[in-house]
Amino acid sequence: MLELVDLSHTYGSYRAIDRVNLKVAQGEVVCIVGPSGCGKSTLLRSIAGLIKPTGGNVLLDGRPVDGSPENLAVVFQDYSRSLYPWMSALANVGLPLRRRGLDKKRREAAAMAALEQVGLAGAAAKFPWEMSGGMQQRVSIARALAYQPKLLLMDEPFGSVDAQTREELEDLTLRVCAHHGMTILLITHDVDESVYVGDRVVVLSKAPGTVVGDLPVQLPGPRDQIHTRELDAFVRLRAEVGRLVRGMTPHRNGVETR
Amino acid sequence: MRRATSGVLRFWIVPVTLVLWELLTRMAGSPFFPPPSRIAGQFYDMWLSGPVSQLLLTDSALDTFGPSLGRLLAGWTIAGVLGIALGVALGRIRGLADYTDPVLQFLRALPPPLLVPIFFVLFKVGTPTQLAVIVFGVIWPVLVNTTDGVRAVDKGFLETARVFQFSRYDILRRVILPSAMPKIFAGLRLSLSLALILMVVSELVGSNSGIGYSLLYAQQSYDYAGVWAHIVLLGVLGLLFNALFLVAEGRVLSWHANARRNV
Ligand SMILES: Nc1ncnc2c1ncn2[C@@H]1O[C@H](COP(=O)(O)OP(=O)(O)OP(=O)(O)O)[C@@H](O)[C@H]1O
Ligand SMILES: [Mg+2]
Repeated sequence: MLELVDLSHTYGSYRAIDRVNLKVAQGEVVCIVGPSGCGKSTLLRSIAGLIKPTGGNVLLDGRPVDGSPENLAVVFQDYSRSLYPWMSALANVGLPLRRRGLDKKRREAAAMAALEQVGLAGAAAKFPWEMSGGMQQRVSIARALAYQPKLLLMDEPFGSVDAQTREELEDLTLRVCAHHGMTILLITHDVDESVYVGDRVVVLSKAPGTVVGDLPVQLPGPRDQIHTRELDAFVRLRAEVGRLVRGMTPHRNGVETR
Repeated sequence: MRRATSGVLRFWIVPVTLVLWELLTRMAGSPFFPPPSRIAGQFYDMWLSGPVSQLLLTDSALDTFGPSLGRLLAGWTIAGVLGIALGVALGRIRGLADYTDPVLQFLRALPPPLLVPIFFVLFKVGTPTQLAVIVFGVIWPVLVNTTDGVRAVDKGFLETARVFQFSRYDILRRVILPSAMPKIFAGLRLSLSLALILMVVSELVGSNSGIGYSLLYAQQSYDYAGVWAHIVLLGVLGLLFNALFLVAEGRVLSWHANARRNV
């Protein structure tokens, strides 16, 4: 569905990402991990058509993207600059749905349902500046989920919430996306989260970022916050990803690296 | 506590000034500077001794204020609409500002009263000319502030709009305009006080109704208390408009004031 071919970007003379190659299949959940400043946001912004990469290509369904692709939602890392302070949470979530040709009532119902899912039904009338960072982040997630995009890009979407809410949001995202057959690219610097959420974990190196590991996550059964994290396979994979992120050479103990 | 003290101070400054003013003008005894008590009396006789059904306003007050306030509000509204529309165009259409800037700077530098004779030729004597003077004089703060405001929209806001593919109309109506609203309101407020001045100026030259005309008439009949009553009237109107405007602004921009307080 999504393909990155030798994607590179330099800001002036600073090389942020260097020849990133990646193929994402329809319905797949791919987590991208990498140290801070390795160009994760740059990668995501290139896919979203917000910056024009200086090298390489982004292909969606085989066609190079030019500008922002259709049916795309983004949960921005900088959530405070992506919610409109002159609108309530409900209006913020409902605004993109105008494009979906829904009337006002259906838009509000869909927005309300999404806010409920992220646990903010009671804060629908609140304005962004009346909410904590974690709440704003959840509104931003609700907006993306309500939009039901084909491709969902999330840039450290669970960074400002407490551990338990974070787990709930991880499960919610997986559930909603599986239900609508969305493809997800989720950026995180949390190794644990990448293994738990992803069907695949892609590791980027220190700047300039390039792919140093691409690990399929093969865990049995539906994911469960407690059980899944106890599994041997989970623990091994987590260690493997951790080593790659720290720039160590991979231990070849049953986990395939490409 | 501090706020309470400053409130009392602000309140007391008014009577103290009035008493000082009264004493000084009485001592001076100049016919050009009548004491405030006489100005108040004149003010009352001319405008405030009417029937209750007219809110105590006299017929003369209605005849004088009506046309003036009508012109002021009409001129300000036209200038506001034009200023916002042009400002959005200048701020959002790349390159347009560069082409038009020399012309706009030139027009902006012209003192509006000097254009009265030209407007006389272009429009008829009377209200159209006065409207033209007001509009021409007060459009600039709105225009300049709107241009600045729509240029300064946060990049994050626009990127969100792009990703979710808002229509051009939605981007303008729900992202750019609200984001620029604080600046636009600052421009509108400045324009309102300018509009009051230009309203009087436009009525001083070639008009036979309104506050400016009435002021000129008082002056020509050596009624200095009357002249001062007009000056006081203009001050009161200015205060009143400003207060009303702030109330409206508080409603429309509550998100802005609150968002800033919380940062
Ligand atoms: N607009 C820009 N102009 C110049 N340099 C930039 C710009 N945006 C990012 N950079 C630089 O590019 C590098 C990668 O930035 P990016 O935001 O993609 O990193 P990141 O992996 O998302 O980091 P984090 O985990 O902290 O969010 C950083 O060193 C940053 O300083
Ligand atoms: Mg980032």
